Order: sequence, then C-alpha cells, then structure tokens
Amino acid sequence: MAGLEDLYREIILDHYRSPRNRGELPVPPAHKVEGFNPLCGDEVVLYLDVDPETDTVHDVKIAGQGCSISQASTSMMSAAVKGKPLSEVRQLIRAFKALMSIHESKLEGDGDDGSDLAAELAGVRLGDLEALQGVVKFPVRIKCATLAWNTLQQALDETAQTQA
Amino acid sequence: MSALDVATIKRDFPILKREVNGRRLVYLDSASSAQKPLVVLDAMDDAYRNHYANIHRGVYTIAEEATAAFEDARRKVARFINAPRTDEIVFTRNATESINLVAYSWARANLHAGDAIVLSHMEHHANVVPWQILAAERGVELRWIPMTPDFRLDLTNLDALLDGARLLAISAMSNVLGTINDIRPLADAAHAHGALVLVDACQFVPHVATDVQQWDADFIAFSSHKILGPTGIGALWARLELLEAMPPFLGGGEMIRDVRLDGFTTNDVPWKFEAGTPAIVEAVGFGAAIDYISALGMDAVRAHELLVTRYALDSLRDRFGDSLTIYGPTDVDRRGGAVSFLFDGIHAHDISQVLDEDAVCVRAGHHCAKPLMRQLGVPATTRASFYVYNDEADVDALMEALAKAQKFFAV
Repeated sequence: MAGLEDLYREIILDHYRSPRNRGELPVPPAHKVEGFNPLCGDEVVLYLDVDPETDTVHDVKIAGQGCSISQASTSMMSAAVKGKPLSEVRQLIRAFKALMSIHESKLEGDGDDGSDLAAELAGVRLGDLEALQGVVKFPVRIKCATLAWNTLQQALDETAQTQA
Repeated sequence: MSALDVATIKRDFPILKREVNGRRLVYLDSASSAQKPLVVLDAMDDAYRNHYANIHRGVYTIAEEATAAFEDARRKVARFINAPRTDEIVFTRNATESINLVAYSWARANLHAGDAIVLSHMEHHANVVPWQILAAERGVELRWIPMTPDFRLDLTNLDALLDGARLLAISAMSNVLGTINDIRPLADAAHAHGALVLVDACQFVPHVATDVQQWDADFIAFSSHKILGPTGIGALWARLELLEAMPPFLGGGEMIRDVRLDGFTTNDVPWKFEAGTPAIVEAVGFGAAIDYISALGMDAVRAHELLVTRYALDSLRDRFGDSLTIYGPTDVDRRGGAVSFLFDGIHAHDISQVLDEDAVCVRAGHHCAKPLMRQLGVPATTRASFYVYNDEADVDALMEALAKAQKFFAV
C-alpha cells in the first residue's frame, strides 16, 4: 500500500506552502496560457517570457489555484525552467512526463518501444522534481502533477507559432 | 434515538463489510451514488438467473415474467413519488437523460427564439448544459435565479425572471449545498406566468418523501442509483397530456406502433419514449430498492438524516471552528444530508486523499456544479453526504480523519 508520505514529500509541501515565481508578467512580451483540470477545477495561469534572441526562458510567473500536488508541481516547474534554453525545457517536459509514466510515443501508438526516449532522457537531471514520482502510485492525482507541464507545453507551442 | 436501526441496516449492505487500508469502510458519498443492499443484488441476480428474456415481445413464460417484473417496477416508481398514473413514468438511463429527453422532445417542439428558460445558480450541470445546448441552437434565453448569502434561492426578482418564461427548471435539493428548494410556491409562480416546471429531484427523492401531485410540477427527473438501486436506469415523470403531445426522443424498436417504408406511428406513452431494449434487470433492481427504502419508511429516513446531518454540522463547528467554512444552510430542517466544506488553506483534494487513508470516502471537487462554485468563489469543496446506513460513528470517523488531515497540512 502506498502511504501518504510517498505522495506528500517534504519538498512538495514546501513548494506548496511557499510557491516560487508567483505573480504575473506584462503580456506581451510574455505569453499567457491558462490550464484547467476539468475534473477538480484546478487552474494554472502561466506567464512565459521567451527571449527570441537566445531562445531561452527569460522569465516565468505563475498564478492560479489548486491542490498541493498541482501547485507544488507548478512551482517546481517554474524554478526548473527559468533561464533555461527552450531545447532543454522541451527535454525536461518529456522527462517529467516519462517520470509520470506518460510516454508520448506510446500514447500516440507509433510503436516506439521507448528506448530512444530512455536514451535521450538518461542525461536529464530532474532534481527536486523527482520528489513527485510518488504521485504515480495515486493514479487520479497524476493529472494534478502534469497540469503545469501540459500548460507549459501549450505555451511553448503557441510561442513557436507566434514566432514562425 | 434514531428513527432507524442503523446497525441492522449496515448489515444489509455487503460492501460495508469490507475494509480499505485495514480500516472499516466509512462511506460518505451517497449524494454521488448510494451503495446497494443485498435485496437489490439478489433481485437482479434472480431476474438474470430465473426470469430473463426480452420484454414486450415473446409469448413464452419467462418473457411474460420479465415483462411483468419490468412493468411492476414502473408501478413501484410511480407509487413512490405519488404519481397519479403508472404510465406517466418513463424509464431512462438516469436523471441526466430524463432532463435531456425534455430538452430534446418537449422544448424543441415548443420553444422558439426569444423564449426564456429560468434556471438557478445552484443547478447541477445536468440541469444546465442541456438548456445551454438548446439556447445555442434555438436562440432561447437562459435566466438565472441568484442565491442569497445563506445559500438559498434569492426570489426577490422571481416575477421579473418568470415574465415571458416558458419553463422553470429547478433543483429540489442542491447536491453541493444541501439546500432544499420549496417547489410548490415556485411551481405556482411559474404556472401563473404560463411556464411549465421541471424539477431535478435527483437528490431529493432518495431522502424525502416525494409527492409530485403536491408539488404540482410538470416534469420530474431522478435516478435509481442514488436510491440504493442499480446504475443505468432513471425515471422521468411527466403529466400524461404532456407526454402524449411530445414528439418521440430516440427512435427504434419498442417506441413504435407501426413502421412502413414511408414513416411510422408511435407507441403509447410511456413506451413511446423507451426505444430499444431497456435496462430490464436494472428496472427490477430499481423496484427492489424502492421496496427496501419504503419498508424503512421515508419519514424515518428523513428523521434519521436530520439527526446525522445536525450531528455532523455541530461536530464540524465544535471541532474546527473558524478554520473551516461550511457551504450550505445551517438550518437542518430546510436542508438535506450533503455537507460541503473547506478548510482554510487546504485544498479539497488533499483532504480527501488523507481521508482515504482512513477509509473515509468523501467527494472532493466541483460536484458538477461549476457555475455554483464560481458564485461561492472556490474551485472545489469537500463534501460528505449521509444516507440510511450512516450513523454518528461515521461522522466521528470523519472528524478524526479531518483532524489528521488538518495536522498533516498545518503550515
């Protein structure tokens, strides 16, 4: 049986109680994306400011509300991507989803056995984010943990479209 | 002293014997779906084992037995809500389908651009979205009865809202707040303005003796699974003349009298609205559930729930004081046994996760009432709801688990 301590690691509760990068950014230059979990009403508002010269995340701010898992995951995500090149951010998203056992290739059913993904992700350092691994033992909470990351993915896609 | 012998009732429900995480199951989510007594499971098992065939077709013995059992269930449902006629009960999949049936059949035949439908801020999505679909399709106007600060309907402008309205669609008991809405005066007001009245009675019928004639409503929707019966079957009650005038909803077998290459004629009410093979065995289970709860007595059921709800409200206030907000009326005589609350600074999901460790089952989320949650200004609440198999010990277990959750998330 998975215990509460598997889910609510101290570092998660710390991010929940003291969320990093709370606030808003002026739009533009920042891009604003809202993510919702329709099942529980959790909401993430993500402000992503990408520097087009260097293709890095210049700044990120977070608003919204939700449970400890969604809010901690959002806070950790913001800390992990700030200042990072977009290529690294995309890799981090894939690595986090793999941690949550959501392999995009498998979901899309293209027959990928995941070994390429595993090789690519072997070098990605998740750091604090690994504390969220316990969420996998509580399947209904996975959506709470991935909400911020799906919202980030959407922000990157929309930013890329704007620039293109 | 409770009006019900809960210790005996608990033994009637096989699932309440199981443990979760090594703890006795404390089921406090009956507003979402109720557990099933053995008599319901046995009745359905017996129907499948001994009397199963399609209905209204075969002339052989077991087909006649199945048909009789199905139609007997309809009589039980009709009697349970004091319907004047058995053929005014249409079996549907659930209360949601009952409301959709009215929206697709009656409303599309009768409402036009510029007509208005009056709803309230405390409606379940089932009594919101079908009308929003209709509004988008037909240009029908939706109007909303607001809520008072003490979680009741604000009827100050009711006459203005009903002016020119064709339908009032209203919940008899809020699934989030527990608020009981007094249907008769609302129905009288609506009728005075020439509007019909649809009652979402999904939360009310399982808990309070229901008399559709006293309500003087026109349509009433409810489901079996919240009244200790199986999923997959619900009911729509409507006045016979309305049902007779309404066009069919779904087309297919059973709902026809005759089919030719150039068209069809419809079957009599209520079968006109029951296309295809229905939930035969579920109807039998629905009937058995009504027998079970009727034997307990709906007045005793209500008296017991008042007792447990009052105990729960008092316990929440005494134990947690200002760190907890209750969303719903405090006056138990005018509310049901669904109690929604929120701790300061602790999300409803986190609460219910901790409660699960102690096998306490509560609902966390928006309860399919997002417009209401927006009015309350909260994304989610925790909801404990009570039924015939819950007692003070269950409430005590909830309090212990809540105290643990509060400690766990203490800043």
